[in-house]
Amino acid sequence: MAIWLTENSKIIVQGMTGGEGTKHTRRMLASGARVVGGVNARKAGTVHEGLPVFGTVKEAIQETGADVSVVFVPPAATKVAVKEAIDAEIPLCVVITEGVPVHDTTEFWAYAVAKGNKTRIIGPNCPGIASPGASNAGIIPADITTAGRIGLVSKSGTLTYQLMYELRDFGFSTAVGIGGDPVIGTTHIDALQAFQDDPATDAIVMIGEIGGDAEERAAAYIEQHVTKPVVAYVAGFTAPEGKTMGHAGAIVSGSAGTAQAKKEALEKVGVRVGKTPSETARLMREVMQAR
Amino acid sequence: MDLFEHQAKELFAEYGIPVPRGIVAHTVEEARAAAEELTGRVVVKAQVKTGGRGKAGGVKVADDATDAEQKANQILGMDIKGHTVHKVLIEEASAIAEEYYFSFLLDRANRTFLAICSAAGGMDIEEVAHTAPEKVAKVPVSPLDGVDRAKAREIAVAGGLPEVALDGAAELIEKLWAAFVDEDASLVEVNPMILSADGQVKALDGKVTLDDNASFRQPEHTVFEDKAAEDPLEAAAKAKDLNYVKLDGSVGIIGNGAGLVMSTLDVVAYAGEAVPGQPKPANFLDIGGGASAEVMAAGLEIILSDPSVKSIFVNVFGGITACDAVANGIVSAFQLLESRGESVSRPLVVRLDGNNADLGRKILADASLKGVELVDTMDDAAKRAAELAAVGA
Repeated sequence: MAIWLTENSKIIVQGMTGGEGTKHTRRMLASGARVVGGVNARKAGTVHEGLPVFGTVKEAIQETGADVSVVFVPPAATKVAVKEAIDAEIPLCVVITEGVPVHDTTEFWAYAVAKGNKTRIIGPNCPGIASPGASNAGIIPADITTAGRIGLVSKSGTLTYQLMYELRDFGFSTAVGIGGDPVIGTTHIDALQAFQDDPATDAIVMIGEIGGDAEERAAAYIEQHVTKPVVAYVAGFTAPEGKTMGHAGAIVSGSAGTAQAKKEALEKVGVRVGKTPSETARLMREVMQAR
Repeated sequence: MDLFEHQAKELFAEYGIPVPRGIVAHTVEEARAAAEELTGRVVVKAQVKTGGRGKAGGVKVADDATDAEQKANQILGMDIKGHTVHKVLIEEASAIAEEYYFSFLLDRANRTFLAICSAAGGMDIEEVAHTAPEKVAKVPVSPLDGVDRAKAREIAVAGGLPEVALDGAAELIEKLWAAFVDEDASLVEVNPMILSADGQVKALDGKVTLDDNASFRQPEHTVFEDKAAEDPLEAAAKAKDLNYVKLDGSVGIIGNGAGLVMSTLDVVAYAGEAVPGQPKPANFLDIGGGASAEVMAAGLEIILSDPSVKSIFVNVFGGITACDAVANGIVSAFQLLESRGESVSRPLVVRLDGNNADLGRKILADASLKGVELVDTMDDAAKRAAELAAVGA
């Protein structure tokens, strides 16, 4: 078992015929994920990478029974693509696209809420979700870790890979990259809740980043609702104030949103916070060995 | 991107929002000429991208052109929270009856937009929000519904604005919403929004933050870029499409992925604490998932052109891009730089992990590049880079 993505998940790719879409469709297929088709209105009816291309998400679902969509379309087209996925009521929509204007993300999020939240959105600006040995929706390298019983949720892509790699001997139930943008569809709290409820997950690694107060809110949630052990890492302790470090969300202004504040909030509720990624992996190792 | 007050007001004016007449001055002479043109009492306002200007003495009223010249002389060159004042806005003085606060912003926690409105505007709004939060109305705004005149009026009423100001405030708020949406802003703030003695509601100050992700559909926003304030290295990096931020330390950093690079800065800073001189990171540089030879060369070139860099730490986790490709990138970068007569003059510590890490390390070992050391783990590599920076200092 895993959260949100299993070996039965059928994936379609919005923007499959583009450069990134093509490359990662190949990678997903090679990792054993069940990619069943793509969507591109202008290339409907054609075959790409051996897979059928449909005109709409709705049509793709009807023809293939797809329940996951991965979005690789450019930033300017992302809002429309995600709204289409929401209209088609696909259960999971993973938005990989980087550089989506925040007004667009806020709008498609409001749209998803207005439509009754039938579609779980992950991202944008995220590496996606992988349940090692079962399926892979996005760009997380499939072969850096094995199936296991650790759940991971992270704002950062490469830090996700780093932790998955360091803990590859234990393996992961599911790793979710939620993305570092100011507005995202799936939060740390959503993932914590799902991992808490997932019988195949024993412990949770949470990776945060400066900016916003998502980690502080996650800490409050953990205190109330999470009984499984949580180990955390927060990047950006030494980031100077007022400078954006690549992720739109990772900007420090004033005291709120600093790595130190996040670390303290997490430690206060019993979460062990690593000083470096390697130390974080070591803390998780101790948790798993003690089981 | 944050705008200067005068830029924010120019933007407001385009949307029909009433703002005082004003002229930007870079010198005392220009300030005098501006005051002469505006006639009467003027306000001389420091143009810096930070709050608390008033309290720092960066905003002064002048009675006439001579006075404006003197006040500009005091304010130009002033340091406000680390920002040097290079220009002032000379603005006609307004007869203020009341001061209010208004803003639209992104509410990250609730994933929606928020209007904040208060009849208790002015310099102490943060204090008011803290001590008397009931005086500050926070009204969620759905991007699907937007703000029409009726909604704008509702917000103004919630903020406790008096009857006499409601029509003017509602009109201003509706126009401000249009600016917020059409310009892809994540913040528009008017503090104070005033009721003038003659009953007009005006924006007396303006703060705007624009979303850089929207630049593809906001080409006219390039006029707001503050080229003068840009660090020359950051400007050079931007021209090469590199995600680079200059910091004050001596260990150059190159990595892939914003989170990993941010983490690298932390790990290097920790390692530096145990080394003489406490070396710190010299920069943030994310070469992204691709990490081709060209990008690696461009990155190395930027970092080598920073004279404060004493050692360089290349920290790559091979995810999408395998480590052998990254190693080949480093080798080609060295060749590329040498072919241009620029040698890599400072020690380079490389840590490669992830996909094909062994192959990548072998490629680098076989190339035996001068000054390049391979270290297995991120923590140890950070330590080594810090040591080398201390030796080079």
